[in-house]
Amino acid sequence: MSTREASTPQTGSPGRAVEGSRAVAETVARCRPQVVPAYPISPQTHIVEALSALTRSGDLAPCEFVNVESEFGAMSLCIGASAAGSRTYTATSSQGLLFMAEALYNAAGLGLPIVLTVANRALGAPINIWNDQSDSLSQRDSGWIQLYARDNQAACDLHPIAFRLAEELSVPVMVCMDGFVLTHAVERIAVPDQETVDTFLPVYRPQQVLNPDAPMSIGAMVGPEAFTEVRFLADGRMRRALLRMPELAERYAKLVGRPAEHLARGYRLDGARTVFLAMGSVLGTLEDVIDEARADGLAVGAVELTCFRPFPAQRLRTLLAGAEQVVVLERAFSAGGAGIVTPELIAALADPPAVPARCSTVVAGLGGRPITKKALRILVRDAAASRAARFSFLGLDRDLLSRAGYGRASDDAPGSSAELLLARLHPRESS
Amino acid sequence: MYQIRVHGRGGQGVVTAAELIAWAAIADGRYALAFPSFGSERTGAPVEAYCRIDDQPIRSREPVTEPDLVVVLDPTLLRQRFVFDGIKSGGTALINTAGTDTSAADSQLMPHSVGVRTVPATEFARQRTGRSLPNAAMLGAVAAATGIVPLAAVRDAIAARFPGPVAEANAAAATDAFEYLRSAAHADREVNRVHT
Repeated sequence: MSTREASTPQTGSPGRAVEGSRAVAETVARCRPQVVPAYPISPQTHIVEALSALTRSGDLAPCEFVNVESEFGAMSLCIGASAAGSRTYTATSSQGLLFMAEALYNAAGLGLPIVLTVANRALGAPINIWNDQSDSLSQRDSGWIQLYARDNQAACDLHPIAFRLAEELSVPVMVCMDGFVLTHAVERIAVPDQETVDTFLPVYRPQQVLNPDAPMSIGAMVGPEAFTEVRFLADGRMRRALLRMPELAERYAKLVGRPAEHLARGYRLDGARTVFLAMGSVLGTLEDVIDEARADGLAVGAVELTCFRPFPAQRLRTLLAGAEQVVVLERAFSAGGAGIVTPELIAALADPPAVPARCSTVVAGLGGRPITKKALRILVRDAAASRAARFSFLGLDRDLLSRAGYGRASDDAPGSSAELLLARLHPRESS
Repeated sequence: MYQIRVHGRGGQGVVTAAELIAWAAIADGRYALAFPSFGSERTGAPVEAYCRIDDQPIRSREPVTEPDLVVVLDPTLLRQRFVFDGIKSGGTALINTAGTDTSAADSQLMPHSVGVRTVPATEFARQRTGRSLPNAAMLGAVAAATGIVPLAAVRDAIAARFPGPVAEANAAAATDAFEYLRSAAHADREVNRVHT
């Protein structure tokens, strides 16, 4: 594998120049959602704005686009519309997703096949509009399938797959795409045409429909006598995605003439002793750096994790069977704990017979800090020389920390550390 | 891979400029990726946007730190040293200014041999559109100064982005800027390199 492996369209439609958000909105429209409740929040806004315009122009019909008063309202309306038998979609970001949280769990628990695009953005405080993956990863346990897009082509292609997967399994699906980095990028994207999507995604046939003429309850109370069993079945249903998602992705790939999406995908793993694992838009930059390192003779490769929920433990064990160490690039972390992906990976690899790779975590690109090739080159070289720390932050500004008193007594001063750092970052403005 | 960084101020169409270059390059059969720096885009605040162009799919999404071309929509930004950071040896700096004085750019002490071109894009925009938004005119200048995208593709990109009369006026401004840089009167400034 000495040549560069393309991950963008090669044999299918050549695509056209279009913004990521717009391409996703057009793809979603071709999935024929019947109800789209939405509340704007950056960087997701362009997606629902475009869907609003497509509904108004009649290009997306029949469809009810509903301006709601909040994200909680958006997801609640999704639940109602889905329970009444409509294919239902919405999108959000950051604190908007948190405001949906209560309803997210209900959507999953009720088995409603809603599709939600998360334009990934950091969580406050301090307020930060930029990209990381703290928002969707905070909803890890909400019972939603989570798929992460490496680029805008994947962001588009994952949506028809998401609708079909959700409707077959009665499990809602989140398609996560990095905010700004993908949503606001203009590039060559092949939006699947209506005929292709119609061929792949059958007309929605709801499994449960609330109907005033035939009253019934959904979401009724389940007590201790059966709650564990409800959750046991939810786990099994979610795990079925591990088999079904690759099958659907393969079928979709044949229709559009592009490589199939996977639960997880290896890049230049032949003989790779050190493997970098990541989710989302950093994969492209990372693969460029892996190519450079390979040219320099370093035995490195990458794994793209597309499906985080359900966690594809077996697939990752297979991909990482030959690795000596795995460096997980995480776009979010758990303060006081560690990475969010890494502990799951460690558990997956430890299952007997154990995959012997050592795992470490590098927290990178928090709150929109660019993940540069320069920083990745250093990381790749250090890791290949077995100098990777067990847990570290990529590009941590130690000088800024030291100016703010880190390492001295004031290091553990109570109050907001954000204001302390801002004062050192812009001394004139704040004096 | 050809890499472009566009500098300007919020409200001058910096992000649109980068997007239209990408649109033109893709319409011309190549791959391109344009994205903004995602700052707080307030009117008047310094803004930058990036564009990469290549014959093969573009994977890297880091900001452009080593541009082949720096496009400056607002000459008052030249006082800020970062505008030409990392510009490649043999690269081009394209500046929107009514004057032909490039000393502001010279004073940036650019470390490499960089071709500096100036074009009165705001003036062309004002004449053709009645507004002083220089971005479309600067795209014509990009086509003339670098050849990285053809003028026809730039005009198509403008036509695809804006409604009829607005597109026509902006395409005319782009053509003016293109011809300005291509005209014999300015041919001697075709390679006006700064050496240090």
